[in-house]
Formats: sequence, C-alpha cells, structure tokens
Amino acid sequence: MPARTALPHPMNATASTLVSLQDITKVFANGVMALSGFDLAIRTGDFVSLLGPSGCGKSTALRLIAGLAEPTTGHVTWPGSAHEDHRSEIGFVFQEPTLMPWADVADNVWLPLRLRGLSRQDARERIFESLSLVGLQDFAKAYPRELSGGMKMRVSIARALSLKPRLLLMDEPFAALDEITRFRLNDDLLKLQRELGCTIVFVTHSVYESAYLSSRIAVMSPRPGRIVTEATGEMPGPRAKDFRTSARYAALCAEVSQILSEQTDEERA
Amino acid sequence: MAAPSNPLKVVLPLAVFAAAIGLWEIAVRLHGIPPYILPAPSLIGTTMVADWPLLQASLLTTLKTTLLGLALAVLGGVCLAIVLSLSRIVEYSLYPFAIVLQVTPVIAIAPLLLIYMPQDVAVLTCAWLVAFFPVLSNTMLGLQSVDRNLMELFALYGAPASRKPLARFRSRLKALWYLRRPAALPAFLAGLRIAGGLSLIGAVVAEMAAGSAGAGSGLAYRIIESQYRLNIPRLFAALVLLALTGIALYLLLASISHRLLRRWHESALTQEK
Repeated sequence: MPARTALPHPMNATASTLVSLQDITKVFANGVMALSGFDLAIRTGDFVSLLGPSGCGKSTALRLIAGLAEPTTGHVTWPGSAHEDHRSEIGFVFQEPTLMPWADVADNVWLPLRLRGLSRQDARERIFESLSLVGLQDFAKAYPRELSGGMKMRVSIARALSLKPRLLLMDEPFAALDEITRFRLNDDLLKLQRELGCTIVFVTHSVYESAYLSSRIAVMSPRPGRIVTEATGEMPGPRAKDFRTSARYAALCAEVSQILSEQTDEERA
Repeated sequence: MAAPSNPLKVVLPLAVFAAAIGLWEIAVRLHGIPPYILPAPSLIGTTMVADWPLLQASLLTTLKTTLLGLALAVLGGVCLAIVLSLSRIVEYSLYPFAIVLQVTPVIAIAPLLLIYMPQDVAVLTCAWLVAFFPVLSNTMLGLQSVDRNLMELFALYGAPASRKPLARFRSRLKALWYLRRPAALPAFLAGLRIAGGLSLIGAVVAEMAAGSAGAGSGLAYRIIESQYRLNIPRLFAALVLLALTGIALYLLLASISHRLLRRWHESALTQEK
C-alpha cells in the first residue's frame, strides 16, 4: 500500500477490494428470504458497519462472508487472494462472548490455534500477544465465570485476533454490555484496528455506535435485506477525545437516522 | 471438598441421629421389646461384630457386584452415547429402544435373567441394566448441550477444507474431544451419581430375586435369610451395612464430581458472600 494512502478511506479509490459480495440472495430452508440483491465491496482497511433493523439479514450477511453459510444465488469473492479457503484470514466475534466455561482464558484464546494444530507451547507467545492487545495479559489463568461481561468480550476478541486475521467480523459484539463498558470497548477497538491494520465488518443496530466507529456505514433495508445506501464516516483509527460531543458526530448520527427512518416509513406505507 | 461453610451443617444431623438411636435404645429397654421384634441398637452392634466374618463376605459380594455393574454401565453408557452422537443413522435407529428400556422397570426382568444366566451373572446384569440408562441419557444430553456458537466457531476454525466423508468424520471426532467431551462432563457426572445408587438397588433386588444360599451370597440374601430364621438383629446389621455402602458410594461419586467441576461449573461453586 502506498505510504500516502496508509489509511484507506471510501474516497480513496486505490484501496483494493478484500471481499466482494455480488447480487446475493439468501433463502432459508423454511422459505424465508433473508437477503435479496445484496451488494457490498469491503476494501482493505475499511471499518464497515452493517446497520439495520432487527431481522434484516445483517448477521446472515456476516455469516456468508465468513463462509459459515452459502448464498442461494450470487457470489462471495476475495479478489486479491489466490487461496480457496479463507477461514484462516477471518476472525469472528459473536454477540455473546461464547467462551468455553471449562477452560481458562489462555486456553480459550488457544482454541483457534489448537484447531490449526499448534501445541500450547508453540501457541504461548501468540496467546500472550492477543491477550496483551485487549489488556488481559494478567488474566490468562482466570476462568470465564470470574470475569465481568466486558472482560469476557475482550477475551472473545483476543481469541478472534489470535490467528492474526486480515478480516475481523463482529456480530453485535457490544449489544449486551452497559454503555460505559461499550464506550470503552469502542475506543479500544478503534485503537486495535490502527495497530493491527485489519479490516472490520461490524454488525449493529445502534446508529450511534455505527456513526462513532465506522469509516463506512452501510444501511440495510428491512427483510429481505439489501444495502440501501452508504454513509461516509470518519477515517479509521482512534477518535479525538471530544468526538462524541462534536457537531460532526451529531450530523452523522442525524444523517444515518434519517436514512434509517425513511426505510422503515417506506415499509409501513 | 470445599471448606465446610458451617459446622452446624455437620453437627446438627449427627445430634439428631444420636438422639434417635438413644431413644430407640431406651424404648426397647423400657418396654422390654423382644429382640426378634425390634433389637436395640446395642444388640445390632454386637451382632455386627459377632457375625462379622459372614457379613463381611456378603458385603464384599454386594460391593463387587455394585461397583462392577456401575463400571460396566459407565463404559457401555458412555460408548453408546458417543456412537449415537457421532452418527445420526445410529441414533435414529437405536435411541427409541434405549428409551423403551429405560421406562420399563427393568428390575421386573430379574426373574427372567435368573432363568437364562448363572446366578452371579444375572445379578451383575441386573445392576448393570438399571445403572446403564442414567449414564446413557445424561451423557447424550451433555454431548448435545454444546453452545451452538461454539460449534460455529469450530466450523470456522477447525472444519476440514475437503468434504470427503473421512475428513468430516475426523472433524467430528475433533469436535467431540475439544467441545462435546468437556461440555458433557457435568451431565455425565450427574448421571453417574444417579447410576451409583441405582446399581446398588439393582444388585440388591437381583440378589433377593435369586434368593439362593451359598458362599457367594450378598447382603440382600443375608436379609432374606435372617428374616426366615427370625434372626432380626442380623437382619438389621445387614441393613445397616447396605445403608453405609449407599452413603459411601454417594460420597465418593459426589467428591469425584466436585473435584472435576470445582473450577468452572455452577453446581460446584460456593456462593461468595
């Protein structure tokens, strides 16, 4: 990547496409159409939020990117990559921390590495590195039940980072947390992205969260979901201290709320 | 075990027990109840000592049957549960029969077993049968109770790239070892505790049904025999030994369960105040 464009931005046409979803339709076995005409190009370095009402297919889109589900029609392609299997390039964070209660924090973070055949000894450095990234290096021997909700989520993020993914997929990861914790994790996530240089796709139903975090906010229609429009957010990377109270942030929230309410009105009409 | 949180929890039941024994002793002596109707606790104690060689042999027989039956039940129950969880086809074809056998009071087939098998084998089979199903159904429940998201995570990081049957089977084995096995542990241990008690019951019932004498006869046979001979003190002594066996078995299994789960499972955690 050229030095001048170290921070890829929607305006920046030279950023390469990491994953592209083209004209995706997803129909479930029970006949429900979750996605229809879904198009999205995720560029390297993006922080894309998928924003939409409950049940609009946000999570389904994320699962398609991860390869956990196959699209009914359409394609998920990785233009820049020769590999067939992209799972080692993906980190996935669920809404719940989804930790193994019987294993301590270090062993939880070890799981993806272990499944790749790394012994605990060989994985030790990577585990410690991941835990340091989320500030939990002193909790390696703790069990999940001993941690607060925010700390469990940090472990979950550390686990997703242990494979050094190029693409981090997050499915409403902070929805169950209190606001104070959520704000702190929001800032930590932005810092992490700057440090790791990974691309993030973040599913949320919070206008404010998406406006705070994202470089691109993709607003989805109610089911069957498709991207209605995109709003341009801030550059990736840490936010200024007063960003949450800035006029720029307020304007962005207003803009996104406006688009979202137009969507729901359209459906009601 | 965790540090005893409250000494009263131990002291109070012991005091109640001692009081009950004391009252029993006093009542028998005051009313001059003959020992062939109700022996005093002291007489039961002396009988226990006097008849110890006989009772000890019976205790060992019953204990052996119970533990062997339990061990075989664990082996069979866990193996079958694993096979059922690995293959849908096997599960669909076999599990209904497992349920039918489970809801049938298998104790009632003890007389039948005695027709087909030598006595000691029949008794063992009976103990095994009643202990088998709690282990099977609890282990199956446990194996199926893995967090769905964890399985997804496993699919993302661990599933094989190829779709060949062998590779898929190996990935299932991996999931079994990494996720299902630890997730199933609490349910399995709950089943084990139930099975321990049931195995003893199975052994006792089968011994009673068998009812024939000999060197290899267990405590339940001693009870029947003492009843016929109106040797009520010995009957009580055998009963006490059976009760102690049950208690010891329960404590043993409970402490195993606690040891294995104390770091992470809700059931083994002591509430912090």
